[in-house]
Amino acid sequence: MTTEKRLISLSVNGELQAKIVEPRMSLADFLRIELELTGTHVGCESGVCGACTVNINGQTARACTILAVQVEGDEVTTIEGASESGEFRDLQDAFHARNALQCGFCTPGMLMMSAELLTQNSKPCRQEIREYLSGNYCRCTGYEAIVDAVETVAQTRNARVGEQDD
Amino acid sequence: MTNASNDNHLFRPNSYIGRTVPRPNAKRLLNGRGNYTDDTKLPRMVHVAFLRSPYAHARINKIDKNQAIKAPGVVAVVDGHDIAEVCAPWVGVLAHLEGMKSAEQHALAIEKASWEGEPVVAIVASTRALAEDALELIKVEWDILPVVTDMEAALGEDAEIIHESLGDNLAWRRTMDAGDVGASFDHAAHIIEERYISNRHTGVCPESRSIVADFNSADDQMTIYQSTQAPHMMQSLFAKHIGLDTHKVRVICNDVGGAYGIKVHAYPDEFATVALSYMLGRPVKFVADRRESFLSDIHARDHRIDTRVAVTANGEITAFEIDDWTGVGPYSAYPRTSAMEALQVLNFTGGQYRNRNYKGRATVVYQNKTPMSQYRAVGHPIVTMITEGMVDDAARAIGMDPLEIRRRNLIADDAYPTTSASGLPFEKLSHQASLDKLEKMINYAELRKDQAAARERGVYRGIGIATFIEMTNPGVASYGVGGAPITAQDGATVRLDANGNTTVAIGVTEQGQGSETIVAQCVASALGITLDSIKVITGDTDVTPYGGGTWGSRGAGIAGEAAVQAGKALRENILEVAAIMLQTDADSLDICENNVINHRDGEVRMPLSEIGRICYFRPDTLPPDFQAELVATRHYVPRQYPFAFTNGVQGCYIEVDIETGLIAFKKYCVVEDCGRVINPQLVDEQIRGGVVQGIGGALFEECRYNDRGELLNGTMSNYLLPTMTDVPDIEVAHIETPTSESELGAKGAGEAGTGAAAAAIMNAINDALSPLGGKVTQQPFTPERILSAIGKI
Amino acid sequence: MKPAPFDYVKPASLEEALELRRRHGAESAILAGGQSLVPDFNQRLRSTETVIDINGLSALSSIEESQDMISLGAISRYREIETSALVAEHAPLLKMAIPEIGSPAIRNRGTIGGSVSMADPGAELPACLCALGANFELARAGSKRMIAAQNFFTGRYETALDNDEILTRIDVPKNRVGFRSAFHEIARRKTGYAMCGVAAHGKVTHQSVQNLKMVFFGTDDTPMLAVNTISVIEGCAINDVPPAELDAALSEDLHPSDDTHGSAKLRMHYAKVLTRRVLAQFVSAHGEE
Ligand SMILES: Cc1cc2nc3c(=O)[nH]c(=O)nc-3n(C[C@H](O)[C@H](O)[C@H](O)COP(=O)(O)OP(=O)(O)OC[C@H]3O[C@@H](n4cnc5c(N)ncnc54)[C@H](O)[C@@H]3O)c2cc1C
Ligand code: FES
Ligand code: FES
Repeated sequence: MTTEKRLISLSVNGELQAKIVEPRMSLADFLRIELELTGTHVGCESGVCGACTVNINGQTARACTILAVQVEGDEVTTIEGASESGEFRDLQDAFHARNALQCGFCTPGMLMMSAELLTQNSKPCRQEIREYLSGNYCRCTGYEAIVDAVETVAQTRNARVGEQDD
Repeated sequence: MTNASNDNHLFRPNSYIGRTVPRPNAKRLLNGRGNYTDDTKLPRMVHVAFLRSPYAHARINKIDKNQAIKAPGVVAVVDGHDIAEVCAPWVGVLAHLEGMKSAEQHALAIEKASWEGEPVVAIVASTRALAEDALELIKVEWDILPVVTDMEAALGEDAEIIHESLGDNLAWRRTMDAGDVGASFDHAAHIIEERYISNRHTGVCPESRSIVADFNSADDQMTIYQSTQAPHMMQSLFAKHIGLDTHKVRVICNDVGGAYGIKVHAYPDEFATVALSYMLGRPVKFVADRRESFLSDIHARDHRIDTRVAVTANGEITAFEIDDWTGVGPYSAYPRTSAMEALQVLNFTGGQYRNRNYKGRATVVYQNKTPMSQYRAVGHPIVTMITEGMVDDAARAIGMDPLEIRRRNLIADDAYPTTSASGLPFEKLSHQASLDKLEKMINYAELRKDQAAARERGVYRGIGIATFIEMTNPGVASYGVGGAPITAQDGATVRLDANGNTTVAIGVTEQGQGSETIVAQCVASALGITLDSIKVITGDTDVTPYGGGTWGSRGAGIAGEAAVQAGKALRENILEVAAIMLQTDADSLDICENNVINHRDGEVRMPLSEIGRICYFRPDTLPPDFQAELVATRHYVPRQYPFAFTNGVQGCYIEVDIETGLIAFKKYCVVEDCGRVINPQLVDEQIRGGVVQGIGGALFEECRYNDRGELLNGTMSNYLLPTMTDVPDIEVAHIETPTSESELGAKGAGEAGTGAAAAAIMNAINDALSPLGGKVTQQPFTPERILSAIGKI
Repeated sequence: MKPAPFDYVKPASLEEALELRRRHGAESAILAGGQSLVPDFNQRLRSTETVIDINGLSALSSIEESQDMISLGAISRYREIETSALVAEHAPLLKMAIPEIGSPAIRNRGTIGGSVSMADPGAELPACLCALGANFELARAGSKRMIAAQNFFTGRYETALDNDEILTRIDVPKNRVGFRSAFHEIARRKTGYAMCGVAAHGKVTHQSVQNLKMVFFGTDDTPMLAVNTISVIEGCAINDVPPAELDAALSEDLHPSDDTHGSAKLRMHYAKVLTRRVLAQFVSAHGEE
């Protein structure tokens, strides 16, 4: 069977991209193969592990469960873009200081989810952090360091907001 | 004098040994700039997909490749016969495992497939998707054969024999008989018999196995990018089986997305990928998808153990006896074999206790399931489950507190050096100190009160204690003596560059546990330089000293020591130059924070950059008969002990919901003695991550098969891994008993967390259930098993 | 694995979508949130010739209120439903259930229409919608029909949807005075499907529960209205439901089977545990007033 390739255009990390893709190509493969944004990882290709988590139009999504042709006209942010813009530099620093990563395979997805959590809930308790990130697997760290890092960032951000309020 | 000043260097106040420093190489991973094998993209690269056997045991009558060859994008369609012409088969046995037998295994099955998922046909195409499209066009005529699934039935009269050439399905058997077990059982106040079961699980590396092989026929050079733990071992094996000289094979291991022992084996599909590149003369990539990972990654820990323990009325354990059975799939894994788990169960059980009477038998059989072999903490979770299960069995029988019975029976801290009943040599362990520390840390007395109060309310809580021993820093006894190309030594090369910075190349690899950081800390401390002036290179057989890679918790203890020695050697070389330049005595100088200083008063004499500048650009200013050497290489292998045992104890407090059988952790503590702690944070995170993997095995993970040998839950959604909401915060503390075999004194810490978690959890569940008369002995301890143990279902 | 090839179309209007559906029928698949469909494609558990992406149909994405019901467009996302004030007020059962579905990134994409069309026997929303007496609007080119939730689910992953139809809207009757909802499930882990769950909705007084709909999921091929259990409960004082009769009724109502996560026995046991939790919740909820 032949399938018609399609031209898609979208914004990835603030850059406009126009590419011709097969409809069956997932967004994760599109980012990795076509755009060489290999920071988005594929761990299960079935939406379960969270390694492929990216941000689409302001919301996290599993890039393996989305077809590239679906994101026509959308704004996609990957770990590379978020790193360059510095939008969650504090999270990255906290992960680093707390060693909240070992092999790093889960890390981009963890960061994307953590960033979203903190925009929705600026004072999450440990249990809320655990629940929000529970769809992202990490096989190395045992998770505690990740919870610590996110908690620290939440506290630091709140302290900063507190100072501004004063 | 030299020794004293060495000690000074490693352990002086501003040394990096014992200090938490963040991992420099973690930053690129945090920025999405890791470089995992699947991120490799080469010119003319093609992709392979495998047709895998849908049956656990079936004869291959005919393979029709005609349609597939014509499919779009297809470059080659290759079966077992084709591959066998370029890739020689192997047999996964080791000489020191006497009597072990296994069958010849090929990269792609020839004649018959022996497990569901065994690779049978390879299709190479321009994209992985096209290769998979073409797979659907292959027609295989199968003759389905009877299967062997149950490990005990495998040796039965009427069992199907998987490999006729072997005569039966027995892979290996060994027995052990120490002391006088018979007399002990005759005189015991209590004898407790129990059957423990550990079900199969697997490593589930987040990054699946991945390899890119790139054969350049012009210069006969095979370059392999592989997600592996042992580049030099893989280099030897690929060279041997493809028929190339070793120096024609280069294995490059960039970032590895989790390995845990799963990536220390040689896999048929990876051999096939290398062979395909050799055949096609172009780069071929293979990245296992999740389904094929579940079917083809090494599985582990499928054991059934009948145990017997003898105890006197006053709580002295006088004998352990075990009969361990394990089914390891149809082939013994290559090159480490599939017998190590059983060997360790046999050798290590009861090893932390004083008891001298020990009898055991280990039986390893073949069956039609995915091959089993080493996975993080090889055998230890089983060893600890049965040892600590037996000890709790004994305590319950005589009504003794679990801490008390351990106190009475553990080898005393002042009894070293000593051996276990099975003959394991122990240099120095700290069971008693560890147990004391855990007791305080977990607040044992308070927990007992809380437990009693909870029971009044109909709430069932339990405390589980599991002491353990852990084998680390393996010497040549593990594999080298058996004839495998697995080196136990490791090397480090340290080079001062022209600007005074340092590059270190080491044979161990980095999978996130922090090898590179620890090596940098060792070199920095031994040499007297700052961490930011060091770059560590790992994972390239063309560049690094020959080394064993990362397994058996050997990185810190072995590569760390090599790094220390290389750092020291370079320091001596540098001081020799400095002494000439400063016209003084080398002994009066030292290096500190990237400067040559006076040993006596610390006065800065010159920066290392000046040494580099003179040696590289102005050697003419040095005496004509002097040649500076700013590179030093040192190797290290432990010789005195076959391995460095570590020890520790895990304790947890849990609540069992007796309506649902679900478990909630209320507290989890670990005391661990890995000898010298180089980087406390890294060690603690190894322990935590290890415990959580242990929790996975204890509560969730299980490869479930039906009686046709088909894996029922080979997907990420059906094979349950622990998630963030399933695991507790874990408190970690240390006792430090350095090994005196090395100057650094470090033992390993990578597997201790995993080794004892299941035992601690099992004991806690059984403590909780004891008023209800229930007991679980089958791992994972699922709600189903818990509820049926207490008669709720 | 990678999906087998397919064509992709993204209609701009419902009419166009229905026309495509009429033309491609069984050879097409509707793509909503993609949280089940795309994983199935990725693992080659499913393939199709044409994917019809309905995410461009804004008509299917609204959550609206009328006299006595709220209408959820088929592509309303879990996240939107969870945070909708209308849903919170008029169909709190849905709000209770949604946090149990998958994880946040899944809930950002997954849709209510996708959940019911998928008809996974372990899914939460189908059971909730049955308990609430929801009605589904199914459209095909030129016509529409309404079907009660209870009649929509015909088997494991099977529904009354025809190959040329699209599920367009779900009408949920508004909560009536005195009615209460309860939702409980038991899962091995927080993320992922439950082994057994129950959605219940009924009129709760201090004496009894009436007009009860109690629907189990994870036990049978479809959401299972526990008719015998309901009549036991409705026939007694709320504080005094005889346990033996309750268990016997549940055994008649539910037909669980074994799978890798739990045996039939376990699921039946859980159904009993959950039933007691629902009753306890009704008792205490009433006590609050
Ligand atoms: C990791 C993970 C965990 C999950 N956990 C849960 C869970 O705990 N509980 C749960 O209920 N679900 C769970 N899901 C599934 C999730 O809820 C899906 O989103 C849902 O089942 C399907 O919704 P969708 O909108 O994504 O539909 P799709 O995936 O787009 O479609 C699903 C099916 O419905 C059809 N379809 C969709 N919309 C329509 C329509 N309007 N008309 C006709 N046919 C249509 C499609 O053709 C397809 O066959 C999980 C999924 C993942 C990946
Ligand atoms: S790869 Fe997308 S969730 Fe695992
Ligand atoms: S750091 Fe390895 S999976 Fe999370």
